[in-house]
Amino acid sequence: MKKWGRTVGTTVRKIKGYVIRDWMMSYLFLVPAFGFFLLFVAYPMVKGVYISFFDYSLRDFSFIGLDNYISLIKDDNFRKSMGNTLLLVLITVPIVIIFSLFISMNIYKKKEFARSFFRGVFYLPAVSSVVSITVVWGWIYHPNYGILNYLTSFLGMEPISWLGDTRTALLAIIVVLITTSVGQPIILYVASIGNIPTSYIEAAEIDRATPWQIFRKILWPMLMPTNLYIIVITTINTFQCFALIQLLTSGGPVYSTSTVMYGVYEQAFMLGHFGYASAMGVILAIVIGIISIIQFKYFGSDVEY
Amino acid sequence: MNSTNPLELTAPIGQSKKVSKWKKELTIPKILATFLLILATLFFIFPFYWVVSGAFKLQTVATTIPPEWFPAKPTLQNWTELFKNPVERWMFNSFIIAFCEMAAICIVSSCAGYVLAKKSFPGRGIIFTMFVAAMALPKQVILVPLFTMLADFGWVNTYKGLILPAIGWPFGVFLMKQFAQTIPGELIEAAKIDGSSEIRLFGTIILPLLKPAIGALAIFTFITSWNDYFSQLIMTRSTSMMTLPLGVATLRGEFTTNYGLLMAGAALASIPMIAIFLMFQKAFTQGITMGAVKG
Repeated sequence: MKKWGRTVGTTVRKIKGYVIRDWMMSYLFLVPAFGFFLLFVAYPMVKGVYISFFDYSLRDFSFIGLDNYISLIKDDNFRKSMGNTLLLVLITVPIVIIFSLFISMNIYKKKEFARSFFRGVFYLPAVSSVVSITVVWGWIYHPNYGILNYLTSFLGMEPISWLGDTRTALLAIIVVLITTSVGQPIILYVASIGNIPTSYIEAAEIDRATPWQIFRKILWPMLMPTNLYIIVITTINTFQCFALIQLLTSGGPVYSTSTVMYGVYEQAFMLGHFGYASAMGVILAIVIGIISIIQFKYFGSDVEY
Repeated sequence: MNSTNPLELTAPIGQSKKVSKWKKELTIPKILATFLLILATLFFIFPFYWVVSGAFKLQTVATTIPPEWFPAKPTLQNWTELFKNPVERWMFNSFIIAFCEMAAICIVSSCAGYVLAKKSFPGRGIIFTMFVAAMALPKQVILVPLFTMLADFGWVNTYKGLILPAIGWPFGVFLMKQFAQTIPGELIEAAKIDGSSEIRLFGTIILPLLKPAIGALAIFTFITSWNDYFSQLIMTRSTSMMTLPLGVATLRGEFTTNYGLLMAGAALASIPMIAIFLMFQKAFTQGITMGAVKG
């Protein structure tokens, strides 16, 4: 037993004369998942940081220290993309939370059939291919034969090139992004509201609390763990928003809808600047990390029920 | 991980109890809320209606203003046009990639999740922390180094390059670990006493108990993989290796777009996933809620 330094498992069996202990079997079960993880997630993460210090392009591979980061700070397009990304998060996340809370509050009391119907409806955009979502929205937004301009013409508005105008393009993307983001929060909220003990709400009703008071004083604080989870995942998903932008506007017009994620794609896969793109990725990861920590600090609570 | 971290909380789902009726009378806020709910529902359904109806409209009809809300003369021309592209090949690629990823993730995750939940061995804490930490990091940040690595392997534009990297993503391990924790330890002890080997114990006792979680994970990974646009975009080079969503994206014209054709493609790319989701909504919902909502 001393051979391995410790005795974790108790089961000892012999296969062809070799001693097989319990914990060795555990590693056997773990190895496939952990191997794939190390090779395709952990190693690339480390390598990403490493190559961000290199001038790594199709022609070059030389160490340049912090030069990628310095040029990034000076890069107007990157600053614009970072601004767009933060704006996207700042607008999308609160709207997603409010919208999905509103929908969940309205449907959680309904019968099972109605509940799955509504959950399904609001999950549709999340489960459909992003390509399908973007082609139909591209058509809806079309300046000449899109329905949106047809509808706004009744309000006496001139046709707008929704995706081609720097003032409206980001807004147009945000609308689509919100429709694809609310599905999961609604499912989570419906489940968590249903898990809150009914006696709390009944007691408040006996005390003649208004629905708003019930929401503010009972439901919202009790939903805190779910809120935190939803805020964090929605933030991360919004930071990662890529396909909508690539397919709807390709970051244009004049970088008005470009995000950091789109910048990473453009630099690495269109221009072949892998080092520069990795540096962008590292900065993006750091920003997401900081924001997640802040969110945990502010919304983390020790509600128990 | 302290108990306030929502990722740590396990939950049996779908048992929303009837919460007390707030107010039975029809009040103005209540009418307003119902109205807004209906409006939101229409807003979410409309794009899907528009895809399906557009798929049966001729290009000339699709681009008329005022729009034709319902195709007066439905046509199948878009579909015959669509199948002039290698659509069968794209569908095959999408299916084979999603299926392989799904199967592999389910197998490796249930093994790993089980030992992480029920066994003690050196390094368990560190390994689990690594999985959870990686889940919180944005996946796209690793895509540049991952791509250069796969390019060195010569895996770009191959099934290997499209399938294998996705198996490393630790969400499945986390989900299975959360679920496996609910298995009573006595069951495992009893099987041990009966002299069952580790592998037999896993196959005959653990796996059947994990079935609901495996089902949820399977649906979830299948849909995610089918819709994983970014990885597919960077890993494919030739038309024949494209997946269905990528192929449909190429149908967009540079200057003029045939909307009827595009809508037929969009319908084809999404409808299988919508159908799977609707069929297995219960298991799917369970997969999403598991580990995120306290029960």
